[in-house]
Amino acid sequence: MAKILNKKIIISALILFALAFPYITQNDYYLHVMTLSFIWMIGVYGLNLLAGYTGYLSLAHAGFFAIGAYSLGLLTVKAEMNFWLALPLSLVITAVIGFFVGIISLRTKEHFFAIYTLCVGYIIYLIIDKWDSLTEGVRGLIGIPAPANLGPLSFVTMEAHYYLVLFFLLLVVLIMYRIVHSLSGRSYIAIRNSEDLALTIGISTMKNKLTVFVLSTVFAGLSGALYASFIRFIGPDIGSIAIVFDFLTYLLIGGIGTLSGPIVGTIIIVWLSQQLQFLQDYRMLIFGPVLTVLVIFYPRGIVGAAASWNQKRQAKNAGNRRPLSRTEALPEKQVKEG
Amino acid sequence: MEIFIQQLFNGLTIGSVYTLVALGLTLVYGILHISNFAHGALYMMGGYVTLMMMTKYGLHYWLAIFVSIIVVGLIGVLMERLVFHPLQEAPPIHDMIAAIGILLFLEAFAQFVWGAEYQSMPTPYGQVVQIFGLTFTMQRLLIIFGAIVVMVLLYIFLKKTFIGSTIIAMSQDREGANLVGINTSKVVMLTFMISGGLAALAASLSAPINLVFPGMGQLVILKAFVIIILGGMGSVPGAILGGYILGFSESLGATYISNDYKDIIAFILLVIILSVKPTGLFSKGGH
Repeated sequence: MAKILNKKIIISALILFALAFPYITQNDYYLHVMTLSFIWMIGVYGLNLLAGYTGYLSLAHAGFFAIGAYSLGLLTVKAEMNFWLALPLSLVITAVIGFFVGIISLRTKEHFFAIYTLCVGYIIYLIIDKWDSLTEGVRGLIGIPAPANLGPLSFVTMEAHYYLVLFFLLLVVLIMYRIVHSLSGRSYIAIRNSEDLALTIGISTMKNKLTVFVLSTVFAGLSGALYASFIRFIGPDIGSIAIVFDFLTYLLIGGIGTLSGPIVGTIIIVWLSQQLQFLQDYRMLIFGPVLTVLVIFYPRGIVGAAASWNQKRQAKNAGNRRPLSRTEALPEKQVKEG
Repeated sequence: MEIFIQQLFNGLTIGSVYTLVALGLTLVYGILHISNFAHGALYMMGGYVTLMMMTKYGLHYWLAIFVSIIVVGLIGVLMERLVFHPLQEAPPIHDMIAAIGILLFLEAFAQFVWGAEYQSMPTPYGQVVQIFGLTFTMQRLLIIFGAIVVMVLLYIFLKKTFIGSTIIAMSQDREGANLVGINTSKVVMLTFMISGGLAALAASLSAPINLVFPGMGQLVILKAFVIIILGGMGSVPGAILGGYILGFSESLGATYISNDYKDIIAFILLVIILSVKPTGLFSKGGH
């Protein structure tokens, strides 16, 4: 009981801090970085839902991020649509494309799925890059408007935009929480642990996988759409493989398959990158090995490591000296086939 | 007609490069069942090591390639020892991510050491030859013949030598290979050595007609994955066949369909194949 209370206090404190952040720091630059990291988090949650809970590593998510961003950009710039109409519409576009990609790609498994989605991501990137007449190609799409006023609310200032993004982030976290703690969430984990077993106990794996896939592309699309309206300029590079690798880094370092992993990982890496500005393009010299070492020693990232450490300590306090074996700490750990 | 033959020749050239890269990838997949996304980084490292040996230490082209094969082969072995070996029992998603980590590191490393700019590699084979009224450059002929010789050697090594057959035995049945006394650990290391060496050779042969830059492995590795799915993951003849199929479809597609979209051909090919047959073309039973 005390633990739940603890958790609730921590969560409320974090939300309060997030709400007060623009008043704590008067620095516009910090606010900019924070808003951007919230946007990334939404995309990382998308990847987490799919890779972390059903075990399907999709490398096409930068593509869906770009589809969300370009849908919003094109609808607002070229069709001159209102932001509040364009946003849901761009999510629908992402979901429809996600549905068709999912229905085919989810028939493949493991390596095939990763490679398939990698290729899909690359096709999306190439189409954006080459389809000059629609997407402006390498020149990029300029002049994406800020979100239009919503009644008395206006989103022209940095603070207002920050709150808008925060709102969507909290919404995404809430949806994630509901999913993970529902029966569907349990089915997803069952699929991750053993798809054949899940099928045997009567879980419709294809339906579940497709739902997760579409939902995770919608998260990626939302993240992209928010990015487009925040940065106001998008180029084909946002669909490049590098973006999905960034997402993966955030997710892995925070903790794949955990609820708070995307937040922890993104915050740490984004702020660390700010501190390591002098490294610029070379930050992967540090993050690459960190990623690899983490996968070997702490497959569930910082959050997972903290959780199992906590469990161990509690077991110790309870006088139960039996050390927690690796498999107990990581119930989803499965032996590789073949 | 002349354009057609010229394009067939081009297809043979790029197909040879793809095949060499895909062979290394397929060997590793065959024995460890991992998708080594870092293989593209090995290809890139191979290009840089050869270039550095030639420009900085003034080695002859062939000597530089030899050094590069050894160095990159050792990087491959190191990678296996440090990363893939500890991940043996982990779910497949983990070694994919670990491989991506290595890829990011090696690319940043190359950019840090050699810079981000495109560099061209000198070659002693810049001449142009005329055969039946068609013009070929020596380097391109070299790529084709070099690749074919290596493929034949690899085939002989795998089929006719004892060490080679241990690799095949292990790819067929790991437990069984272990039971009959094959040192599987050594075989895995050897395979990574060969795999890295093939990538280095492919990069060194093709660099004079392309360029050397940190991201040079990205597109090649993606296509190598397409090839090994095309040819059946883990199959050596499949990788060779797949490599040339892709090479021809790209060079012909570039002339007769659209040069802009030539890179997309491979991926559309793959998407179609996997849509029809989710386990890949020519896959043998199992999952």
